[in-house]
Amino acid sequence: MNVPLLQVEDLCVDRGGLRVLDRISFALHEGETLGIVGASGSGKSTLARAVLRLLEPADGRVRWRGRDLRALSERELRATRREMQIVFQDPATSLDPRMTVFAILAEPLLVHRLERGHAIEQRILALLREVDLGPEVLYRHPHELSGGQAQRVALARALAPSPALLVADEAFSAVDVSLQAQMANLLGELRRTASIACLFISHDLRFTAVLCDRIAVLSRGAIVEIAEAAALVRAPRHEVTRALIAAAQESGIQRR
Amino acid sequence: MRFQTGGASFLAVDRVSFDLERGEALGLIGESGSGKTTIALSLLRLLPAGAQLSGRVELSGEDLLGLDPDALARIRGRRIAMVFHDPLAALNPVLSIGTQIAEAVRAHQSIDRRRARTAAVGLLRTVGLPAENADRYAHQLSGGMRQRALIAMSLACRPEILVADEPTSALDPIAQVGILELLRGLREERGVSLLLATHDLGTAARLCSRLAVLYAGRIVESGATSELLASPRHPYTLGLLRSLPPPLGSSGPVRLEPVAGSAPPPWERPDGCRFRNRCPRAQDDCSKREPELIEIDGRQLACFHPVETQ
Repeated sequence: MNVPLLQVEDLCVDRGGLRVLDRISFALHEGETLGIVGASGSGKSTLARAVLRLLEPADGRVRWRGRDLRALSERELRATRREMQIVFQDPATSLDPRMTVFAILAEPLLVHRLERGHAIEQRILALLREVDLGPEVLYRHPHELSGGQAQRVALARALAPSPALLVADEAFSAVDVSLQAQMANLLGELRRTASIACLFISHDLRFTAVLCDRIAVLSRGAIVEIAEAAALVRAPRHEVTRALIAAAQESGIQRR
Repeated sequence: MRFQTGGASFLAVDRVSFDLERGEALGLIGESGSGKTTIALSLLRLLPAGAQLSGRVELSGEDLLGLDPDALARIRGRRIAMVFHDPLAALNPVLSIGTQIAEAVRAHQSIDRRRARTAAVGLLRTVGLPAENADRYAHQLSGGMRQRALIAMSLACRPEILVADEPTSALDPIAQVGILELLRGLREERGVSLLLATHDLGTAARLCSRLAVLYAGRIVESGATSELLASPRHPYTLGLLRSLPPPLGSSGPVRLEPVAGSAPPPWERPDGCRFRNRCPRAQDDCSKREPELIEIDGRQLACFHPVETQ
């Protein structure tokens, strides 16, 4: 098999003298979607940040296309960052309130020197189309958008530098079901057309099961089970997995 | 309800009417920006300065919007209490849980500290938290425990109505189940009426016997939960149900069928039916007039071209 896009090896993170992530290991290949599920406090968001090297691990390593992230030069790290993008849960805190949508989407293109001049505008309009927004939002500020529109802008910004990996940290947990479903479909398409890999962090097992090839269950900072999505749901091995499945089934009203 | 922001003003919530019976649980379903939180806050007149409120909110026949501050203070907490979605923001970080709850008890009843403390411990037990949590601080509790503590506090004065705004959305699914069971128990065993504002159809369906679906500041459909889910008539309600992921373990490739587009912010809602831009059933007349919420087949519906009954 090829070198995985992302390889996490025995990753440990300490915070305040406590080990909050304990020997996390998994691999993610190009175009693959891995779901990370777990109760609050299980370490999901910490894992997202550690993978992106937004915080320093206590031990272990993260390999990107086979190379240790810590061994990269400043310049290489910068190029790598273009390829790894994240969407957070709350667009109200992840979008700069003083910037227009145009500026928010232009920034990653300029920072990474991906487009210039008129091409920027064309690219931004294409990004908006991708997340189902019209040109009328271009010169708005985040507070002039609905919650759903703002989260679409956050997703468009993450897609702007054509990443190879998208980390969605509870990105669709606070939005309504129709937007959730649109985003799920969009991610599915991106995976097929642009071969984007996705680390999908969520406490919603039902959406995770729909979206992901594999699912890792996190509990108290450690992966307790990792398997193909269908197999995990059909035959869970760990009690935490079983508890999550039971809770997800209870919330299941039938779709039509 | 109208919000004044700078020079502009907009209607956040427009001609919303509903009843809540004693011991009943009603779910207000809406996405962010639909007005559900505004409705919840306006019941207790907790809206920010600049909000203009018209209409009536009657509690046992008395109009709350006309009350003076003293009279209103006697209603708040005592007859209608509120549970917010973010318990970490709603709890005081420097007071122990027990002290805060005792404080809430003493704010409404003239009893001494010791008895208030005993009452606080009793309230914690009611919500399924062991007594030792009275000495803990908010940061020492898990999300689910914090939400329980907040519910304990809201129960301090035995309110008749509990207004809960997204009480479970910040919680993981296991904690969610616990909070829902707790709320259900309060309704069934103590006869507390519940108004649940949420974007989560599943949560509302588990707890509420009636649902009102909000879209862009108006109720578009309301009725008995079982009927609404079995046979949604408003295209938006149908769209919400079609957006849900399939049950766990169902096989085959899945493509969800969401409602297209996104809800407009309150200041640019379209003329006529507010949902028409996203509606697969919209026709010419939908842009000309706004459909009124009318009684059809035992439910309320605001749509010119409803989904056929099945």
